[in-house]
Amino acid sequence: MKRFVGQGVAIPVDSLIKPNGGGSWSIKEKLLLGLTPEQYMKTLVRNPFNWLLAAIYVVGVPVVVLRFVKGLGYVTHASYDYPWGLFLAWGLFTMVPLSASGFMMGTTVELFGRKDFKPIERLGLLNGLLGYFFAVMFLQVDLGQPWRLIYPMFVSLGPAAVLFLVAWHVATYLSVQVAELVPAASEWLGMKQPKKVIKSVSLGLTIAGIILSTLHQGALGALFTYAPGKVHPLWYSPEFQWIHFLTSAVFGGLCMLIVVSTLAKWFMRWRMDDTFKNSLDPLTLGLAKGASLAMFTYLIIKILAVAHGNKWGYLFTGWGEYYLFELTVGVVVPLILFTSAIRNQRPGLARVAAFMGVFGIALNRINTALIAFNWKLYKEVPAWREVLIVLTVYATYIVVYRAILARLPILYTWKGQAGKYPG
Amino acid sequence: MNKLNRRKFLKGGLLGGAAALTMSRKAAASESFEGYPDSMGVLVDLTRCIGCRTCEAACNHEQNLPAPDKPFNDYSVFDERGPEGQKRRTTEKAYTVVNRYDTEKGPVFRKFQCNHCQEPTCLTACFVNAYTKTPEGAVIYNPKVCVGCRTCMVACPFYVPAYSYSSATNPVVKKCIMCYDTRLKFGRPPACVEACPQEVMTFGKRKDLIKLGHERIRNNPGKYIDHLYGETEVGGTSWMYLSGVDFNQVGFDTTLGNQPILANVKEFLAMVPMVLTIWPALFTGFHLLATRKEAAKEEQNKNEKGVKP
Repeated sequence: MKRFVGQGVAIPVDSLIKPNGGGSWSIKEKLLLGLTPEQYMKTLVRNPFNWLLAAIYVVGVPVVVLRFVKGLGYVTHASYDYPWGLFLAWGLFTMVPLSASGFMMGTTVELFGRKDFKPIERLGLLNGLLGYFFAVMFLQVDLGQPWRLIYPMFVSLGPAAVLFLVAWHVATYLSVQVAELVPAASEWLGMKQPKKVIKSVSLGLTIAGIILSTLHQGALGALFTYAPGKVHPLWYSPEFQWIHFLTSAVFGGLCMLIVVSTLAKWFMRWRMDDTFKNSLDPLTLGLAKGASLAMFTYLIIKILAVAHGNKWGYLFTGWGEYYLFELTVGVVVPLILFTSAIRNQRPGLARVAAFMGVFGIALNRINTALIAFNWKLYKEVPAWREVLIVLTVYATYIVVYRAILARLPILYTWKGQAGKYPG
Repeated sequence: MNKLNRRKFLKGGLLGGAAALTMSRKAAASESFEGYPDSMGVLVDLTRCIGCRTCEAACNHEQNLPAPDKPFNDYSVFDERGPEGQKRRTTEKAYTVVNRYDTEKGPVFRKFQCNHCQEPTCLTACFVNAYTKTPEGAVIYNPKVCVGCRTCMVACPFYVPAYSYSSATNPVVKKCIMCYDTRLKFGRPPACVEACPQEVMTFGKRKDLIKLGHERIRNNPGKYIDHLYGETEVGGTSWMYLSGVDFNQVGFDTTLGNQPILANVKEFLAMVPMVLTIWPALFTGFHLLATRKEAAKEEQNKNEKGVKP
């Protein structure tokens, strides 16, 4: 892509009308980013990352198909003791907190009126939408009978269950997030009406997003309160589990947003406009500030839970060491790095911290769901086919993410409303 | 601007209200439940069990389960061990299993199946209401609505429910239903109880069985540990056990406590209606506060414009 930009081809598409007065872009031209099909194929083939994705698909897609043909037993260890494996530990419990950026950015910009975060708001919303969407995809791979996904909504209701709340809220929140991204899509498609409608209800959408996020992020944690004897006491707390999951989702979402914007800065710079490029560093520090506050809060509540349950003794066991490792690498070190980055105005350092924060979330969720789960029993190591399916679904997430970033006005402002960030 | 804010506020409130309506039944459903007064149960006396596995065979036959990997008169199954030395457990092919434990009082056999809790966690964790605690005491399962999330398996403190992972088109949870469809419904004892040659199991009203259990402990000094497992564990179970050795030596979890598991979840459930009712107003308030300068400026602009002509 860089090469074509250098050659002065009229790309990338960033408005409805061709730059040299050649009429308006057709949908096909917009999909191909303004390149000819041959040029577009060339960009695809030249990117080594696409070869990696292709390799994952060649081995992964048949296994995904076989999961539905032969059943879950073919791809997992079919464990009765570990009913939840990597599909949920990674796909649901990790993806959802990393997608909290949607409601965080909505709250910051729409609710608290911090218009300075506007340039990165849409990236936050998109990160949220895709994360949730693919969490549902992971769930569909994991459910025994995925075609019954709507049963808790319409067929047989169990409203007293925590998972009922998760199901309803994730479903509702997905539609909220789709609505929040309608403006970006309608600009790209050249339609005015949808954007206007959404704009008029944006505060309502944002508040709905906060309520739904508070509850389902917390509910994911509360799911583990059904298994008090199974989750190791250090990762378990009936009083604080949902608060732990909620507060860690706050910095999880912000860290993920920094990570994604960093990846975009490295690999999709051609797609960013000057507003985004210039505001990225200060905004990274702004996000870092939010993330570090959440991390600090989380750390306090984590310690509080240990004190409240009088679990100090466990800290001096092997499990305790592992628990402290998780907190140190995933929270304390990134917190220190964030603080230093903010004080010394070093966005690069904040990016390192954000990568660690994302790792910390993944570690915590996988620990709670898999490693510290059944701590009195044996350890479950996911089957290779299970790992492969996770890789394949995640690769699809990356492909879709990249495709949308390349097209919709997320990293750049759609021209047509001169110089103003639409929304 | 003021008018717009008010409209936005109402919209936010409506959305929250709609959410509250869908969720308000949750609070009602999490109240405590004492159990059905005349529910049936089974008292299992571990000191009588000789490990003949007749109950396993009876269960297999009654529930039309597939043929076992080893015949029911093959006692080498007692030496089978999982990857980390764990003994056999219930599976999709076996709703009940007998395990042997070598204790200081010699080998003790323990029959294991769903304990049919008074307040079952599988039931309360299920988001499609697939489980029912019947007035007769059985915890039954409706495979027609099960989505296959397997939260019940995570939630069961006794590691009872199994899942037919091998099926691609209709995988379902597999567990003991106390022979509800074929026997309990008609007042008859479960197949395993009837088949036992040693009279290990006594079928009767749960409240009578509690009395019987304590009587046996009292009348046979030294024979039993002074505890009726299941009388109070996780809020009480329909199946209860007497043992001559400490329960934790024969595969029982003695750390579960006497509260129903749901008590742990209530901390979160209690918070749900508060978030639903308080959040909309709170955050709309935050919004008005955070943007008050902007709003004032806009108002001023409008007034100035109004003055001009």
